[in-house]
Amino acid sequence: MKTISGWGGRVRGLFTDTKGPWGQSGGDGGDPPPEDGQGGPWGETPRRGRRTTLGGSNVSALEELLKRSRARFGGGGGGGLPGRPSRSLILWAVLGFVLLWLVFTSTHSIAPGQSGVVTQFGRYSRTLGSGVSFTLPSPIERVKKVDVQTIRSIDMGSASSDDLMLTGDQNLLDLAYQVRWNIRSPELYLFQMADPDETIREVAESAMRAVVSQVTLNDAMGDRRAEIEARVAESMQRILDSYHSGIQVQGIAIKQADPPDAVNDAFKRVTAAQQQAQQFVNNANSYALQLHQKAQGEATAFDKVYGQYKLAPEVTRRRMYYETMEQVLSKVDKTIVEAPGVTPYLPLPQVQKSQPSAERSQ
Amino acid sequence: MTGFFRNHPVRSAIIAVVLLFLVVSSFPIIPETKQAVVVRFGKPVTVYNQFKAGRPIGAAGAGINFRIPLVDQLVWIDKRVQDVDMQRQQVISTDQRRLEVDAFARYRIVDPLLMYIRAGSEEQLREQLRPILGSEVRNELGRIEFASLLTPERQGIMDSVRLSLNKIARQYGVEVLDVRIKRTDLPDGAPLSAAFDRMRSAREQEAQSILAQGAKQAQIIQAQADADAAQTYAASFGKDPDFYDFYRAMQSYRQTFIGDGRTAPAGTTLILSPNNDYLKEFTGRSR
Repeated sequence: MKTISGWGGRVRGLFTDTKGPWGQSGGDGGDPPPEDGQGGPWGETPRRGRRTTLGGSNVSALEELLKRSRARFGGGGGGGLPGRPSRSLILWAVLGFVLLWLVFTSTHSIAPGQSGVVTQFGRYSRTLGSGVSFTLPSPIERVKKVDVQTIRSIDMGSASSDDLMLTGDQNLLDLAYQVRWNIRSPELYLFQMADPDETIREVAESAMRAVVSQVTLNDAMGDRRAEIEARVAESMQRILDSYHSGIQVQGIAIKQADPPDAVNDAFKRVTAAQQQAQQFVNNANSYALQLHQKAQGEATAFDKVYGQYKLAPEVTRRRMYYETMEQVLSKVDKTIVEAPGVTPYLPLPQVQKSQPSAERSQ
Repeated sequence: MTGFFRNHPVRSAIIAVVLLFLVVSSFPIIPETKQAVVVRFGKPVTVYNQFKAGRPIGAAGAGINFRIPLVDQLVWIDKRVQDVDMQRQQVISTDQRRLEVDAFARYRIVDPLLMYIRAGSEEQLREQLRPILGSEVRNELGRIEFASLLTPERQGIMDSVRLSLNKIARQYGVEVLDVRIKRTDLPDGAPLSAAFDRMRSAREQEAQSILAQGAKQAQIIQAQADADAAQTYAASFGKDPDFYDFYRAMQSYRQTFIGDGRTAPAGTTLILSPNNDYLKEFTGRSR
């Protein structure tokens, strides 16, 4: 016990010899022998010299100090001024620090949705699930927490106008899309790829362009978007799996698929033409409907009259004739030339003039 | 022993530090993401934590290893999949179309020893792979037509680039996992504006054809309606053409002289002869 403490004190002394705060460099505050009655760096107490006997003359002042303070700590001396740190207090502090260190670096609370990847001296050991887990303390085992549940997203494309894609029919397409992904296997994610995020970007771009280069412009802008998204996601997943990247592609969302600005007007004209063509068809349809109804109406009216006519053909015919004539002749100017042989003289201008008066009289 | 420490605190401390240093440097910690080439007096001797295909992460290799202190030096080489990007460059296809292409390759250093001998460092390796990738891509694309870049053939082309790049990369102890074209763009200027013009004219054509189709459809609908109406009329009026003639004449008179009730008809003057059928009773003749 004594040897150990002596050794400990020696080690401490080692530090003080060179660079400790208790170093001898200071003129008056150093540790020269306590017999001087001078003393510690913390100012001095008169009691200091009391138990200096044990070490002998060539024991370093520090060791003595240590012993003295241990004694005091043990309840012997009842001595130091309050607030004066002692050797053993420092020892205890160090011990406490080490203990805390052990506790904190070997207990890991891993939030839900996270995984802890444990490395033992740099070598992958295991993956911890969420909850509280214990490992060996820090220099031996280290834990890196990785968020595996959160779905991250990367926005691609369209920010710059020159980001155009070639479609299968050699047209250009302005495409903006989003890649959603998460980490499927944290240890692969950490150890397999040099730059996983950049890899995802590049793979997404490559896969998207490969797929778009196999569909036509109209497909890409129109109803095959969903199919394109699915194909890109599938192709990305295959590529990333071939790298053993530990990444799961959750989905691709095409946010915008437009023709380039330079030709947008021409595309708008197509839309206008579609509207106009639709208008033609609508007009024709309304004409057809009208005509159909009219024909139906007239035919039905004729049928009804004809049904009655057949019951008494002669009378009905005469009646209709007279009724019609009555209506007609009551509304027009009539001239009846009775005498045969009289050549009717017809002053046409007068006939024309009589019209306004006839209208006035009505 | 103890006495020595007591008598020579400084010296013993130095010895302790040196010992500690020796121990620590004898057992280097190799992380999972790195391979280490052991270089003894400038000569590479062995490799720690070398990549082997199919070996799971956490298998022997990484972790604490041994080296002779002061003699062996460790050269760290990445174990992970890395990438090298090809500078964007113009490629001319067999049909003389210009294209701007950039590509990337993913590779892994599988033989760090060879790579250390042949390339020296990872940066130098990358500098050497990049032009090779560029020239391989250019060669391969120069052998095909522009249109086949826009087909599923594209991946086949990349696979052959990968194979030929891999052949060269093998000499550096590098395995090429994948070569991919990122972008194939038309170069700015004439090719791009020509493409825009073509797109524009194609749209014009589409617009015209949509209009023409709409007109055609409208015409067909109208003609069909006319035909249907004619059928309806014929089915009804055909029952008695003579009566239809009379009936329709009556309608027509009314329409002509009276109007449909909405607009006033032009004033009309009729000059009738007493012989007119309507006036046949006018003369008071008896039957």
